[in-house]
Amino acid sequence: MAETLLSIRDLSIAYEVGSKDVVAVSGASFDVPQGTIVGLVGESGCGKTTMARALTRVIADNARIDGGAMQFDGQDLAALSERDMNALRWRDISFIPQSAMNSLDPVYRVEYQIIEVLRDRGGMRKAQARARAVELFEMVGIDPGRLRDFPHQFSGGMRQRAAIALALALNPKLVVADEPVTALDVIIQRQILDQLRGLQRELGLSVIMVTHDISVVAYICDRTVVMYAGKVVENCDTATLLNEPLHPYSMGLKNAFPDLQSAGTGVLTPIAGSPPDLIDPPKGCRFAARCPFATDLCRNTEPALTEAAPDHHVACHRASEAAVLRETAKDPATWGAVT
Amino acid sequence: MTVPLIQMENAQLHYKIGNAISAMMGLPATVKAVDGVNLTLNKGESVGLLGESGCGKTSMGRILVRLEEITGGSAQFDGQEIKDLSGDALQAFRSRSQMIFQNPFDAVNPRYSIRKTLEEPLANARIAQEEWQGRIVDVLELVGLGDPTQFLERFPHQLSGGQLQRVVMARALILKPEFVVADEPVSMLDVSVRAGVLNVFRDVRDRLGLTAIYISHDLALVRYVCDRTIVMYLGRIMEDGPTEDIVHAPLHPYSQALVAAVPTPHVDQSHDPLPIGGGAPDPRNPPSGCVFRDRCPRAQARCAEEIPLPRPIGTRRVACHFAEE
Amino acid sequence: MPDTTIKASSGVARIFEAIKLPVGDPFALAGLLIYALFIVTALAAPLIAPYDPTEILYTADYDLASDLLPGQEGHILGTTSLGRDIFSQIVWGARSALLVGFTAAFMVAFIGSVVGLLAGYFGGHVDAVLMRLADVAFGIPFLPFVIVISAFSEPSIWNTVIAMALVLWRDTGRVIRSQVLSLRSRGYVEAARVVGSSDLKIILRHITPNILPLSFLYGSIAIGWAILTEASISFLGFGDPDAISWGFMLQDAFASQALARQAYHWFIPPGLAIILVVSAGFFISRGYENLLFPKLGR
Repeated sequence: MAETLLSIRDLSIAYEVGSKDVVAVSGASFDVPQGTIVGLVGESGCGKTTMARALTRVIADNARIDGGAMQFDGQDLAALSERDMNALRWRDISFIPQSAMNSLDPVYRVEYQIIEVLRDRGGMRKAQARARAVELFEMVGIDPGRLRDFPHQFSGGMRQRAAIALALALNPKLVVADEPVTALDVIIQRQILDQLRGLQRELGLSVIMVTHDISVVAYICDRTVVMYAGKVVENCDTATLLNEPLHPYSMGLKNAFPDLQSAGTGVLTPIAGSPPDLIDPPKGCRFAARCPFATDLCRNTEPALTEAAPDHHVACHRASEAAVLRETAKDPATWGAVT
Repeated sequence: MTVPLIQMENAQLHYKIGNAISAMMGLPATVKAVDGVNLTLNKGESVGLLGESGCGKTSMGRILVRLEEITGGSAQFDGQEIKDLSGDALQAFRSRSQMIFQNPFDAVNPRYSIRKTLEEPLANARIAQEEWQGRIVDVLELVGLGDPTQFLERFPHQLSGGQLQRVVMARALILKPEFVVADEPVSMLDVSVRAGVLNVFRDVRDRLGLTAIYISHDLALVRYVCDRTIVMYLGRIMEDGPTEDIVHAPLHPYSQALVAAVPTPHVDQSHDPLPIGGGAPDPRNPPSGCVFRDRCPRAQARCAEEIPLPRPIGTRRVACHFAEE
Repeated sequence: MPDTTIKASSGVARIFEAIKLPVGDPFALAGLLIYALFIVTALAAPLIAPYDPTEILYTADYDLASDLLPGQEGHILGTTSLGRDIFSQIVWGARSALLVGFTAAFMVAFIGSVVGLLAGYFGGHVDAVLMRLADVAFGIPFLPFVIVISAFSEPSIWNTVIAMALVLWRDTGRVIRSQVLSLRSRGYVEAARVVGSSDLKIILRHITPNILPLSFLYGSIAIGWAILTEASISFLGFGDPDAISWGFMLQDAFASQALARQAYHWFIPPGLAIILVVSAGFFISRGYENLLFPKLGR
């Protein structure tokens, strides 16, 4: 197995809301091996975006890293000074936002913005930076003639490509992409994913891809980390997650997802209920209230994330029975048959 | 016996844009949100409108619930021209034709309790006040908000997205309409609750025998809900036919690209490059002839000269000169 | 997060909820206190003022009580050249100011809101006509217009107020219109159309509650403008000769050459009163603005 580039251990991130703390990420651990795409999936509010942002240490004013470590290339990102982090950002770790419009300033030409990054962060001279900008645009499939455009002259897809170009400008080791294709139409989405994957393979990049769409994960991610209510609940390679999930939440997600490749339309099964309130999380497993397999143990004791099978981490008390549970989970009646 | 409920003939929705200056510069003055659409929808039939943003699918839905008025051609509901309705006829139409909105967090007045939200259509339709409570309880039951007393006095911010979308559905159904437009009703919801809302929609539609239009950009969702699908591109219909046929053997090159682009939850899916490139052109300035030709791998000289109209091929209508190839 | 303070409430209670007072901001709080003092003074004027403000007073030995200094003969701020009690005039002046300020503010907020609602909601020709009217109102030089109207009609406070309202609604109308334009495309407004709610019902039930805070803000700004304008008009001599206002007092003092005679007790109090009340009005609207648009305040 490839060398580990990023190793997150017991990471907790809390938001101060009023006088209370909302622990958005709670004791999360996972690894990003060198040269892989790791998907970070979960529903809104599960902590995936908070976690991704914490990797670049660009977090909200009322958020704070509440413990744990993020070992990146021999340094702990959580303990780094703001100045050292600043030096690392973009050069070693870069970010692709969901909406590229937010990372491009509407009043400057795209070329100027890319060149600024290259000069400011990469210490390049102007001519050198200009040549690199052309190279980057060719790399992401935009006509370099469009460099002189303003961001509003770009279509949504082009902007997202430009954001990828910007993220790759200084040959980072790790790219964190926060729902990079969610706002895009399906054809453009596919083109961008292909582009990202191609570049990742070519440059040997590591990518963390935050998404709520398990089809996107299936399409592009080598490994997948599933989050639920601030916790990592399952972490393994994508094929295993889709074919032999160990956590009931992962099983439920797959049931809830329409599949164009299936023979018939079948029945989609929702997971009844909604995630717990993170101001006052339940004491046992956070999924217990929605889990058809929950026992008293689950409701009272929080399961730890353990390596239940080789290279397959899961936080579930009943992981050893997963083969049986998987079969039961396929029956919609298991999930309360809530129509 | 099939009786048409919705009939659109050469329907157009053109927006005027620009001003005197852009006109002097010779820039186009209209955006054709819907252009030359023919559609017949029989009673009890439901169809999925599929396409990318800006293809006109939402405009189609808005025309049919009269949030928008066509600027040319005809769009009829049960034999009446929708845009000509007024007075009592319009009020009657409002009871028969309803819409489920995309964003449940925006579609319910935050200052209104759920009860008040559901009472609004009842008051408008002059339903006797004694009936209100019964109707409200029934409709909430129908959309799966089992214990109505639990929800009636609550406010939108106290409900989850899935619950709120059921309230939006309940509001659309409370007047017992015959026709419902669902505009991407689950796109704002979390994956785990989408299925619940989709199931309710399917179930209610079948149980009440509704005629329905389901608008979505997601072929997998359309397939789950509708047996018939219409693929739109830049305001025009590209392909129209049984959903399974389109999923398994799309005839129009655009449908082919659309089907190929949809990712599935399998690791063994195809990673072949798509047959088409680029994004949709500027809707103010679409290509001559076939609007899809500048991205089409099959485009020929004829495509630039002649607009291909949807023509029957087997069970389908396809708007492509070379659909047989 | 949606506002969690919304509770089931009647229409009136909702209006009060919508009109939150900006008590958090120290300047606004000071403004509110000044207003409170000002309103109480205006309401209780007959109780507070020792004399009728227009009454010509005489001293104990039947001389005209003119140009008395503060404290003389029990006149707190002295008297005018015509023998009127200055303190009583200040107190009664508060009443005129209140009347002018609040009626003008109400009219500005009302006209502006109605115009903004109609123009924004119906669009098309309605919008075109109303907004051209607003353009015309923008083209009218404010003070000269009010002077001309006041001069050509019977000089009264009401004519001044109406003249002000005829011009000042333009800002309120414009702002409310743009707010309505964005509200009109909100999902719940469209949903109300689809379920058959009439335009009137949609405007009253779904749109108006959302623009009330804004009309209140513009109304509160108009209070200051109106008081200031009325003072200017009266100072220039186009005011209502029967109503005692601070502007009238200044004019009276000016005409009687109080400045040359260094009769500070005559012209400083009304000037100070105007400054206090007008700036209090702006403090409040400023604090209110921060409450409505928290981002602008940063």
